[in-house]
Amino acid sequence: MTAIQLGTIDYAIMLIYVAFVIGIGWTLRRYMKTSSDFLTSGRSIPAWVTGLAFLSANLGALELVGMAASGAKYGIATSHFYWVGAIPAMIFLAVFMMPFYYGSKARSVPEYLKMRFDERVRCLNSLTFAIMTVFASGISMNALAKLLHQLLGWDYNLSLWICSAVVLAYVLKGGLTSAIYTEVLQFFMIVLGFAPVVYLGFKDVGGWTALTGKLSQVAHDPAALALNSKSFAPDAWTSAWKPLLGGPTNNPMGVDVFAMVFGLGFVLSFGYWCTNFLVVQRAMAAKNMSAARRTPLIAALPKMLFPALVILPGMLAVALASGGKDGYRLPPKIISEKTYAKAIPAIQEASLLRLGPDEALQQVNKAIGRKDSGDLKLKRDKIAAIITESTSQPLSKELIRSRLQDAVAGNDYDGVILSLVTKYCPSGLLGLALTALLASFMSGMAGNVTAFNTVWTYDLYQAYFARNKSDDHYLWMGRAITVVGILLSIACAYFARNYDNAMDVIQLVFGFVNAPLFATFLLGMFWARTTGTGAFLGLLGGTATSGIFHALTIASGNLPGAKGGYIALAHTFPSEMAQNFWLATFAFISCFVLTTGISLATRRTKTNEELKGLVYSMTPKIKDEGEMWLLRPAVLGVILLAACVVLNFIFW
Amino acid sequence: MGLDIRWPIGLMFSIIGALLLIHGVATGSDTEMLKRSLGMNVNLVWGLVLLVFGLLMLLSAKIAASAKKPKEK
Repeated sequence: MTAIQLGTIDYAIMLIYVAFVIGIGWTLRRYMKTSSDFLTSGRSIPAWVTGLAFLSANLGALELVGMAASGAKYGIATSHFYWVGAIPAMIFLAVFMMPFYYGSKARSVPEYLKMRFDERVRCLNSLTFAIMTVFASGISMNALAKLLHQLLGWDYNLSLWICSAVVLAYVLKGGLTSAIYTEVLQFFMIVLGFAPVVYLGFKDVGGWTALTGKLSQVAHDPAALALNSKSFAPDAWTSAWKPLLGGPTNNPMGVDVFAMVFGLGFVLSFGYWCTNFLVVQRAMAAKNMSAARRTPLIAALPKMLFPALVILPGMLAVALASGGKDGYRLPPKIISEKTYAKAIPAIQEASLLRLGPDEALQQVNKAIGRKDSGDLKLKRDKIAAIITESTSQPLSKELIRSRLQDAVAGNDYDGVILSLVTKYCPSGLLGLALTALLASFMSGMAGNVTAFNTVWTYDLYQAYFARNKSDDHYLWMGRAITVVGILLSIACAYFARNYDNAMDVIQLVFGFVNAPLFATFLLGMFWARTTGTGAFLGLLGGTATSGIFHALTIASGNLPGAKGGYIALAHTFPSEMAQNFWLATFAFISCFVLTTGISLATRRTKTNEELKGLVYSMTPKIKDEGEMWLLRPAVLGVILLAACVVLNFIFW
Repeated sequence: MGLDIRWPIGLMFSIIGALLLIHGVATGSDTEMLKRSLGMNVNLVWGLVLLVFGLLMLLSAKIAASAKKPKEK
């Protein structure tokens, strides 16, 4: 990707945005009087605000960049991450779980676990959560700084530190409230910043019929765009369920329907949306119970429509690349500096020796080396063209560089969304779209940092280090840990930049921890007999099951090692995604069975009275008859669920 | 909390919208630039959309503020 030029107006828009988010933090600073104001917003925010923040906190790097990437790779089936993997869980959280989170007066999800079970469960959950959020935030910051570097030629270090400083400035001033308020602003920024890009892409492709036509050609021969080596039915990229029902070999995701519905739709999705403090914290900050319960429901409506904004661009990019319209291609994999340093002399040498295409390609590949190149594949005819040209008249290093980049066969899917932005946006709109991108990264980072500082202050520091201090002390700690949290995120960003593989392993381990989590919450909230020992050991057992499952299985095409199968090979999955979904399924079932069994074998430590407000059967039903019937969570939930089913049918 | 978030959102989008609108008018004759956005003066159109959105936000914040005041005091 070549660096693009920004005009004054583009910088002006970015600066206005930065000024406003910092300004919001500045305005809110005088309301931050107690630790609860700072860390939990003092439970004072209206539902539409917490609802949009709920969505925005989850809208990190993953959403905009990653979903467009998946849209290109898998087409419309990516929307299962929304319609199957998010909406039902969000509705469940609102209708069934929020009453316990909010009603128990817990300040965090780990604190709920302590009230419901015991100190051990809270300790396990808060520690893993704290470490995880810091890494998640670091990974996202690394991705941002890399993108800004590739796209705008900005310095990696400078972009990383400046973006972090902006987030620090407003979170430190206004705490969670300021994170939530800016998340709402960021939500509108993201939607309004990307909508015109999607519109222009859609218009350029020629509308829905033209898009499905192009994508059916792509499905027939995805190898032409280096998307997939197989050939699929014409609707593989344009219908959500039919290719899935055809079995894992008939859809580009390589997933079967059970893994999709149970593994993603139930285990992973409920595990994330219903137990992850990052999102639940937003609902907990609402001003009253009914606002807290409406929070996930208000978020569900835009979430349902988001595929049009985040997945569609990926599909449009594939359709444009398939026709080769105006010379558009999917952004190629980025060649690293190290590889350039080896490849350029090899090209020069090959042209001096006047090697033939095959020998030249071999020479270059040899120079790059298997280890460094990863799965970098160069196109034979493009390399041959460089050699021919260079033989008649030596090309400059710069020219060889750009020609080499063009010769890469693999795609850099994460660059898809930006390739569309740069293709369609004139100066002005360009600034808006880039600001939207910045906003999405900042909202993700602020979300992580505010969840981290609360869990640290209340669940780790107050619980284990300084039990009976004044509230001023905890407020001070909340601020201090915000700075530390951001510094740790920056450290993680550098770590992610330098040790890509170590990062993959870390994320894998987090996957192990997260997979069984929902079983613990489900049993804890709906079965009074669940004991602390049962929950604790069940959680550990579930995590161990994920680890063992991973060690015994692998996805086809991967080599045993960090990608799994390092003990033995009991099963080979058609894709990593399938392996993931099945891993979660096994971990969940194991945690569920273990927790149930151990609970029955151990003595209850909490009386019925103590479980009031924490467990379904011990808690008086919430009376929401006073509210207008349309606004009751259960009614709203049913309406949203019905709308979601309709969407699934439309794109069947 | 003391701040109605509609104020800053409304203000920010009004300013950005107005900027884009002016930029769109100023560069409306630059055909080379318009080619990129399929011949449409997208800055002008979208600037207008943002401006309207921002003003509506401000309006709704204003209405909420004036409805709240007599009740509280």
